[in-house]
Amino acid sequence: MNFDDTPQEAEYRALARKWIEANRPDDLMKELAAADEIKDRDARTAKILKASKAWQKKKADAGWACLSWPKEYGGRGATPIQRVIWDQEEGKYGQLSGPFAIGQGMCGPTVMAYASEEQKRRYLPPLASGEEVWCQLFSEPAGGSDLAGLRTRAEKDGDDWIINGQKIWTTGAHFCDYGILITRTDPTIAKHKGLTMFFLDMRSPGVEVRPIKQASGHSGFNEVYFTNVRIPDAQRLGRVNDGWNVSLTTLMNERFSIGARLATGVPEFFDFAAQMRMADGTPALDDREVRSRLATWAARSNGLKYTAYRAISALSKGERPGPENSIGKLVAAPMTQDIAMYALDLQGPMGAISRDDNSPAGKLYQTLFHAIGMRIAGGTDEVMRNIIAERVLGLPGDIRVDKDVPFNKIPTKGR
Amino acid sequence: MNFDFSDEQKQLRDEARRFLSENCTPKEVRAVLEGKAKYDAKIWKGLADLGLLGIAIPEEFGGAGAGRLELCVVAEELGRALAPVPYSSTVYLASELLMLAGSDAQKKHWLPKIAAGEAIGTLALVEAVGDATPKSIQATVSGGKLTGRKTLVPEGEIADFAIVVAREKAGDDARGVGLYIVDMKGAGVSAKSVETVDPSRNHAEVAFSGAPADPLGQVGEGWSCVDKVLDRAAVLVAFEQIGGADRALEMGRDYALDRMAFGRPIGSFQAVKHMLADMYVAATLARSNAYYGAWALSTDAGELAEAAANARVSATQAYQLCAKNNTQVHGGMGFTWEFDCHLYYRRSNLLALSLGSLTMWENRLIDEMRKRNAAA
Amino acid sequence: MNFDDTPTEAAFRAEARAWIAANAPREHEADLRASPFGRVALRNTDIIAASKTWQKKKADAGWACLHWPKEYGGRGASPIERVIWGQEEGVFGKLSGLFIIGHGMCGPTVMAFASEEHKHKRLPPLASGEEIWCQLFSEPAGGSDLAGLRTRAEKSGGEWVINGQKIWTSGAHHSDWGLLIARTDPEVAKHKGLTMFFLDMKSPGVEIRPIKQANGQAEFNEVYFTDVRIPDHQRLGKVGDGWNVSLTTLMNERLSIGASMPTGFPELFDLCERLDADGRPAIENRHVRAKLANWATKSNGLKFTGYRAMSALSRGERPGPENSIGKLVAGSTMQDIAQFALELEGPMGALRRTPGIDETGLFVAMLLRSPATRIEGGTDEILRNIIAERVLGLPADIRLDKDVPFDKIPTKGR
Repeated sequence: MNFDDTPQEAEYRALARKWIEANRPDDLMKELAAADEIKDRDARTAKILKASKAWQKKKADAGWACLSWPKEYGGRGATPIQRVIWDQEEGKYGQLSGPFAIGQGMCGPTVMAYASEEQKRRYLPPLASGEEVWCQLFSEPAGGSDLAGLRTRAEKDGDDWIINGQKIWTTGAHFCDYGILITRTDPTIAKHKGLTMFFLDMRSPGVEVRPIKQASGHSGFNEVYFTNVRIPDAQRLGRVNDGWNVSLTTLMNERFSIGARLATGVPEFFDFAAQMRMADGTPALDDREVRSRLATWAARSNGLKYTAYRAISALSKGERPGPENSIGKLVAAPMTQDIAMYALDLQGPMGAISRDDNSPAGKLYQTLFHAIGMRIAGGTDEVMRNIIAERVLGLPGDIRVDKDVPFNKIPTKGR
Repeated sequence: MNFDFSDEQKQLRDEARRFLSENCTPKEVRAVLEGKAKYDAKIWKGLADLGLLGIAIPEEFGGAGAGRLELCVVAEELGRALAPVPYSSTVYLASELLMLAGSDAQKKHWLPKIAAGEAIGTLALVEAVGDATPKSIQATVSGGKLTGRKTLVPEGEIADFAIVVAREKAGDDARGVGLYIVDMKGAGVSAKSVETVDPSRNHAEVAFSGAPADPLGQVGEGWSCVDKVLDRAAVLVAFEQIGGADRALEMGRDYALDRMAFGRPIGSFQAVKHMLADMYVAATLARSNAYYGAWALSTDAGELAEAAANARVSATQAYQLCAKNNTQVHGGMGFTWEFDCHLYYRRSNLLALSLGSLTMWENRLIDEMRKRNAAA
Repeated sequence: MNFDDTPTEAAFRAEARAWIAANAPREHEADLRASPFGRVALRNTDIIAASKTWQKKKADAGWACLHWPKEYGGRGASPIERVIWGQEEGVFGKLSGLFIIGHGMCGPTVMAFASEEHKHKRLPPLASGEEIWCQLFSEPAGGSDLAGLRTRAEKSGGEWVINGQKIWTSGAHHSDWGLLIARTDPEVAKHKGLTMFFLDMKSPGVEIRPIKQANGQAEFNEVYFTDVRIPDHQRLGKVGDGWNVSLTTLMNERLSIGASMPTGFPELFDLCERLDADGRPAIENRHVRAKLANWATKSNGLKFTGYRAMSALSRGERPGPENSIGKLVAGSTMQDIAQFALELEGPMGALRRTPGIDETGLFVAMLLRSPATRIEGGTDEILRNIIAERVLGLPADIRLDKDVPFDKIPTKGR
């Protein structure tokens, strides 16, 4: 048991480190931080994109973009462990890749698996280099945890499909060039069977993007409305009515989060408690109650870190990591919420004051709202528990009353 | 990065598991629980024959000279099987203290006996309610004779020797505290069995009245030795805890798959599924934390104190949750003497207290995190 | 809003108090008070004899089964009078444990479904404690899913022949009569093939075996039936209507208002006053205080929820569904409290009885008994379902076994 690289890994790490050292995007990081202060969404987005695209292009030109993709599509053909090493070396600069996470992590692999060779050569390299940004149009008002309950229609018209409907929770739709879109092509058969996947130009006529104002007051997500939007049949991914299976490819390819640590709020809380003074003037970190809570959270947060280490070890040995990594979001998301609430509580009535500064207390205040989304996005806590119970522990799936029922016969009202 | 046990260590685990699944079934655990024996001598002998009592003892003292990682692997299996043997007292505590502070003669005398299964050892620390502190140590040694009372000595009735924490100089700080080897079968020692939440492990209240006491290490260094060994033991007990937690999780899952209610396995109800998913999450976090503890233990890293507290807090919480929820998943059957759920419930609560309370380890974790942050 | 009795209530309370003052078995008072959680023990007297004596005395003076009609051994009292009696009886109420199931569940079922002759014969000795009843419902294959029970009753002339096994029967070993639900038709849907009976527990073919519990005690039994014969006139309700009859029994579960479920909170609070943490009383420690405060609100919340129900009764209204939270809150709270109490004691917390701190072994007893509280009479999960469905009006779980003949329902999970 040790934390050392193998000789090959060490060599690769040195290579990555050297390149990053020579090309450190510290100025771009400053731009990114400055963007945080801008209130206007469009101006903020533009500033973030500019910095992110600059770093991504630089990486792509040197062969450090989308490391695990084949070279001909703009990648490097790297192994999973090499990718982890790159992430570790890129470290905080990885924040600059935020706008590309969905496109490169989910859309790219789907295009790679289902698009024509010509399309792959056309779309993947600019996706890898950040010159074109992609989003994923899956969730709908009526299809959240139950994704297959989606209602956006695609109807064939000559060589085109005509899309009508609405998507929701689309991250980055307002700055994306392309999107992958799942739609219902046949409502008369069972819900999972009547779906089809496409990709489309987000600037097509009839696409309207509206920001969603979140509980926190921010707007990271969008609603996307489709009114008679036309997509050429050539942009279909997979067979007609096979969209459910195609979507599984997308979801399975969710960015391999190993090494990339989930925010838990623990370091922020530690800093907060070290600075915070209790009523009697002693540091909060000396308080028995604060210690007890922080110890439990720290142990959970450390548990996530070392669980990731176990997965990295497996990759290093060329093995497939076990299912342990599926616990990450379920552990981190509710914990950030508990931590944020407790941090506010420690401040007494003053904790209620809204703030968005970069101090530990400011970050924890924002976490109070961010956590709500984190406990839902990409699978609610409840769905995550089901996934663990079913896929890891082998317990039976829930009883499904909608499985073999034609989609248009499934009840849509609770009462 | 190689954050995993080696193939040889995994082989050792398989070997230990095979031995224990044949020789340490719930029947053996129950025999001790129900007072038919104070420990299972046959399992103890088997562990000695397999060389598992002296894994970490150097070859020159009759051990296998392997590392602490091997010990972690065995600890997990013992915890999983609820082994009713004095392993933790003898191996994690007594043997580690001897190796840490013993003179050559003391090591030569005791370590080969431990490795051969001929001597059971323990640590006699606790004198009062609350977590042990230098102040709580009131047993005294004067002229080589020990007098005082230890209220909760693991394996107190079966140990051949105990390492007793006592003070030579009056006071309430660590300066006067030393360690003494005492022959538990010798003069001036009387042990009285006490019942704990988990009677499958022997515990006694031990009175010393002028018992001959052989100093182990220097007076004034006793407390820091105990502190160090508690860190080591915390990692090893964390492995026992994750072994038990995993077994409790498996039992719960198996029952949820088999037990039918309302025409379907109860494991298909989300209320039950989510309970089991929460157990898995806690057990997984605890396992990863225990691995980190194992690395720190095996390399005697500067991070050991933090890693040990981290492993201990995580494993205590995970085992208590898994044992409690396993009982709940089993419904009424989980509350019968006949089903094994209560064996894990009892053990989870015993281990949660045995090396000091959760609160104590939470405090140690924060202290260590603070030290590290201050140094950074 | 006030906590005062109405004049009528005050008069009733005065009467009860005077009678109790003159008649209660004071010689047991200290023992009853000192009895640790979950176990009533008297030093010099057999608890069963003492319980029966007190019950008979109450019955003779008209203080037994207060809300039952007089002709069946009761007093015809109102619900609020019953609550007042419970408050006044206080610690002596611990002597009624033996009769809880008979009075709370069996009696009301007999009252609703038995013939007039049976009612006159069976209810007065049940009220006076001269005859003890038990309830034979749960089975190995039918716990949370009671209707999954498999004990068979087959008609043979004017009698029914019973074969099968019950489990978790409290007090079967000292019961004279039992209320039994059995399957009379396995070919119809599970809820439809059940029938209720009552039987003499001394009938040939009834065998009682104690169940040793996880905590070492034996409060419950398994009861085996081998060709036990029950006359048809001891049937309660129609053949095949046993499920509905059982609902009557279960709905009549002792109205626990006033007697709030124990959580262990006062005992923990007391422990924290006495224990030392970092050289000061534990109760001054912020970590301890935060935990105590959290449990205090649960314990108080249960108490005041009971008060709200009592007020409703006092006004002659039916209490709302709030009281259904009692066991769900109390069971897991007690488990957490017990674990924390041991943690506070440090390594010596593992002792069954901690000298000078917990001589009766209260907290280990709570730790080992509370898992059962979370299961008996409805698991935490079932109680949450009940609250979600009956109180909040959420839909019931999907049932695969509802319209399936009982003998076609799968019995193996895998």
